[in-house]
Amino acid sequence: SSFELSALTDAYKERPARSRPGDGDFDEYATELIDQLEVFDILQANFLSTFLHHIRDIKDPEHPYSLEELKVITEDAVEVDDKRSYVRVTFTPTVEHCSMATVIGLCLRVKLMRSLPSRFKVDIRVAPGTHATEDAVNKQLNDKERVAAALENPNLVDMVDECLTPSYE
Amino acid sequence: MTLLEEEALKLTELQTLEGHTDRVWGLAWNPATGADGVPAVLASCSGDKTVRIWQQRSPSSTSFDCKAVLEERHTRTVRSCAWSPSGKQLATASFDATTAIWEENGSEFECVSTLEGHENEVKSVSWNASGSLLATCSRDKCVWIWEVLPGNEFDCVSVLQGHTQDVKMVQWHPTVDVLFSCSYDNTIKVWAEDGDSDDWRCVQTLGESNSGHSSTVWALSFNGTGDKMVTCSDDLTIKVWGVDIASLQSGFVNASWRHLCTMSGYHDRTIFSVHWSREGIIATGAADDAIRLFGESEHHSVDGPSYKLLLKKEKAHAMDINSVQWSPVGNGLLASASDDGTIKIWKLESVP
Repeated sequence: SSFELSALTDAYKERPARSRPGDGDFDEYATELIDQLEVFDILQANFLSTFLHHIRDIKDPEHPYSLEELKVITEDAVEVDDKRSYVRVTFTPTVEHCSMATVIGLCLRVKLMRSLPSRFKVDIRVAPGTHATEDAVNKQLNDKERVAAALENPNLVDMVDECLTPSYE
Repeated sequence: MTLLEEEALKLTELQTLEGHTDRVWGLAWNPATGADGVPAVLASCSGDKTVRIWQQRSPSSTSFDCKAVLEERHTRTVRSCAWSPSGKQLATASFDATTAIWEENGSEFECVSTLEGHENEVKSVSWNASGSLLATCSRDKCVWIWEVLPGNEFDCVSVLQGHTQDVKMVQWHPTVDVLFSCSYDNTIKVWAEDGDSDDWRCVQTLGESNSGHSSTVWALSFNGTGDKMVTCSDDLTIKVWGVDIASLQSGFVNASWRHLCTMSGYHDRTIFSVHWSREGIIATGAADDAIRLFGESEHHSVDGPSYKLLLKKEKAHAMDINSVQWSPVGNGLLASASDDGTIKIWKLESVP
């Protein structure tokens, strides 16, 4: 099951240690710390590019999408408080279609669930004023019973997995 | 439990029960156990699609063992479970849209009936005080009332429509056949049988306009005498409601529930579970991993009773707490269930 608790923590442990600019000699400590950049990287690493690749298919194929142009999430939209084990991601839906915003949010939540240590509390929301049914989308994305039920739907899980699979083109 | 001002309370962890392989959603103490020399029995249900039965090693022991695993019946998350008043049957509600009825047969539990009808996830199940009626609720926005017939037959007697979103929990009043449901639509609805038409109908809706909640209402619980109800919500508050119990018990099922007080400022994240002990202590389990206990304050305001925070157990679990349940026999035992996959047994004691 994608919800296995051990899978979440193992995924985190197995991620290779990396250094960031300016970490210098404090590398081993730096890899312990979950900061804003790291959470953004988790999302950035494979999610964004593949997700954007997927939504390109359902939008006007003539439109020249790029990662920069779409700006579904930016580094500024990821707030992290490691001491309080708290992450909030604010994303900007590229399409006004309600169900698409929910799918983007669900993908973000699953990605973070699988990548972050289980101690983290995660809130996902659409950027204020960017969606017609903002409150409804936010409420759904943060109702863990609905999320749990959604993730037992094989079709939805397939879609989420596809969005989260790195593309090798 | 009468609490003196100088008395302090202590919540001590007795045991962590491990075995579920996914988050634990619900808990139910068997009401026929835990007293008169009968070891206490607790049921737990989980995202791992199973139900586990835990039994106290002996009536005086503080250790529980897993006595049975109920599996291969539900094909998705088991969201909630409830023992019949006699303690002989266990009902389990699942995201697979069914409710199963289990009976202990020798050392094994067997599924003796399956209730089908909801369109999708069943989220909660509750028996009435006499065990003659069962209620279930679902994401399909409906509440179903089932009549318990001989031979493990269950007849649907009413499908209650009124909530505009998924129904999170159903709970019968402890003495009168009045049913309560709470929902993602932020309301609590009160349902009773119409004496004339023999059908069930909504007699009251407690919403934001009558001092109700402003977000999903996750759970509700009654005090020992049934004249008060407590509800908890995603709006980070718990609310206490009261009714004229004499009027309700004399058969006036339309007796109005009114808001008595709101406890806000105590919780930081969604409150998933609230449970009122026989001794009058309200426990909450929340998404901030903490257990909180509230008791009635001696200093009543002009508007009615007020409650104070008696104790906060931070990091009671490593993750969200989905259910807190007091043992029904008044021994101060509290069970909690969490996303961390464990159940904990706690003992509440007062220290002079």
